[in-house]
Amino acid sequence: MNLRRLLLILTPYAWLLLFFLIPFVIVMKIALSDYAISIPPYTPTFDISAGWDGLKEFLSGLDVENFTFLATDALYVTAYLSSLKIALISTVLTLLVAYPIAYGMAQASEEWRPTLMMLVILPFWTSFLIRVYSWIGILSNEGFLNQFLLWTGIINEPLAIMNTQNAVYIGIVYSYLPFMILPIYAALEKLDGSLIEAAEDLGCSKASAFWLVTFPLSIPGVIAGCFLVFIPALGEFVIPSLLGGSDTLMIGKVLYEEFFSNRDWPVASAVAVVLLLILIVPIVLFQRNEQKQREANQ
Amino acid sequence: MNRRFSWFNATSLTLGFAFLYLPMLILVIYSFNASKLVTVWAGFSTKWYGELLQNEAFLGAAWITLKVAVISSTVATVLGTMAAYVMVRAGRFAGRTLFSGMIYAPLVMPEVITGLAMLLLFISLGLDRGVFTIILAHITFTMCFVSVVVSSRLATFDKSLEEAALDLGCTPFDAFKSVTLPIIAPAVISGWLLAFTLSLDDLVISQFVAGPSSTTLPMKIFSAVRLGVSPEINALSTILISIVTVGVISASLISKRNIARQRADEQKALQL
Repeated sequence: MNLRRLLLILTPYAWLLLFFLIPFVIVMKIALSDYAISIPPYTPTFDISAGWDGLKEFLSGLDVENFTFLATDALYVTAYLSSLKIALISTVLTLLVAYPIAYGMAQASEEWRPTLMMLVILPFWTSFLIRVYSWIGILSNEGFLNQFLLWTGIINEPLAIMNTQNAVYIGIVYSYLPFMILPIYAALEKLDGSLIEAAEDLGCSKASAFWLVTFPLSIPGVIAGCFLVFIPALGEFVIPSLLGGSDTLMIGKVLYEEFFSNRDWPVASAVAVVLLLILIVPIVLFQRNEQKQREANQ
Repeated sequence: MNRRFSWFNATSLTLGFAFLYLPMLILVIYSFNASKLVTVWAGFSTKWYGELLQNEAFLGAAWITLKVAVISSTVATVLGTMAAYVMVRAGRFAGRTLFSGMIYAPLVMPEVITGLAMLLLFISLGLDRGVFTIILAHITFTMCFVSVVVSSRLATFDKSLEEAALDLGCTPFDAFKSVTLPIIAPAVISGWLLAFTLSLDDLVISQFVAGPSSTTLPMKIFSAVRLGVSPEINALSTILISIVTVGVISASLISKRNIARQRADEQKALQL
């Protein structure tokens, strides 16, 4: 192995080790520590100068108290469950909104498709924060949606959507829609049209040709899209804090407040570790789905 | 796919794009509203833009954000391209699985976790929180996006071109500079743009690793927005939306022209 190759591999490797992997080790360590009113606000702290005895003393100071606390305190259990529920429901809603759009894009003529693609990607490049913010003016009690519905006479008094879970669902569907549309569109676009023709020639109605041929062939895209929405939605912080109000309990927000408002670093770290453990399952499933796709394409 | 564009397709596309664009359109229109009440129209005015330009706090935050984004996306592009090259071309080496895991994990990691982990690292290193720590954090999470974009391009191009250059006496570095880099350049540029935008947009990670004197624009917007809708924020959003729109549209026009030119070249080559 020559020096140049070593340097090429080592530079990004060392960077990621230092700034990505080691931080997680630290999070794990603090999750096992105890809260203390000091700077930094946890104990024990590892003192390298104390040598072997210092290490032993340090290790004996670690315990899983924070994790048992999380498991027994109703707030955290509820927050995890409600995050899972919100992420799951919004993933399904996003799929329902995205599929017809992706399908329409795949059916559009060749010269229109790049433009439609750009229209889907453009919001993704626009600030996430601004896109979430734009819904505050729409959903609030005097907002545009209520003004419009009152004006048409559909409702007599304003709907309370802002600061409820419904607002969070709308926010997630809106913000993550491109992540769902793009993989489904990619799957539908490469679908061979003659398959559908064959199904119809063999006596399928249009609807059953869709359910028997088109939809099953788009499932890898659907799965990819669902993971791309579900995984980030689970740890979402901005949407519940801007649209969800105090009613919405989501674990990303709980972690943030635990850290900044309560300054309880050990509990915040334990919350992060548990969230990570929950996320490992969907992340591994997602990677496997991608891997299968890549092999199928080769 | 057989293209029979039905009324159903047309309706779902119209409704879908209306859903995607109406909220932003309303934001843009109401940034020109004369009234302080953001949901009541009281005539056209550009006064909020004027007030925005007077607002030192916003301008200062915008400057910090821009500085962070330029520096971090440039470093991230270099590191990310190296990482992509390692993943696609370096073959087997000890710890390769861990390496690719560290490349892909940040893409799906919730920002609150990344932010918390970074902050705890900086505290244990004894680094003062500020612009520098934001830059370090942004480099780390954006380089992974760059490396994914670049490695997908590297994986599809013909390795024998590089090998030919090496056979003809190029050093590996020369071969990279004069053969590989020009071919992957579009991917490197889009990687940079992606890193730049992600850095500009980032709220949560910055919120964790920033110090008292290093408030970025998204942090400023977030704390203003928590108090409700304001016409000034609408004006600021409009400016940001226009910059992105112009950027994305011109980027797609340029790539369209490049593809057309490439096709024309290929046609010419075939005729020779």
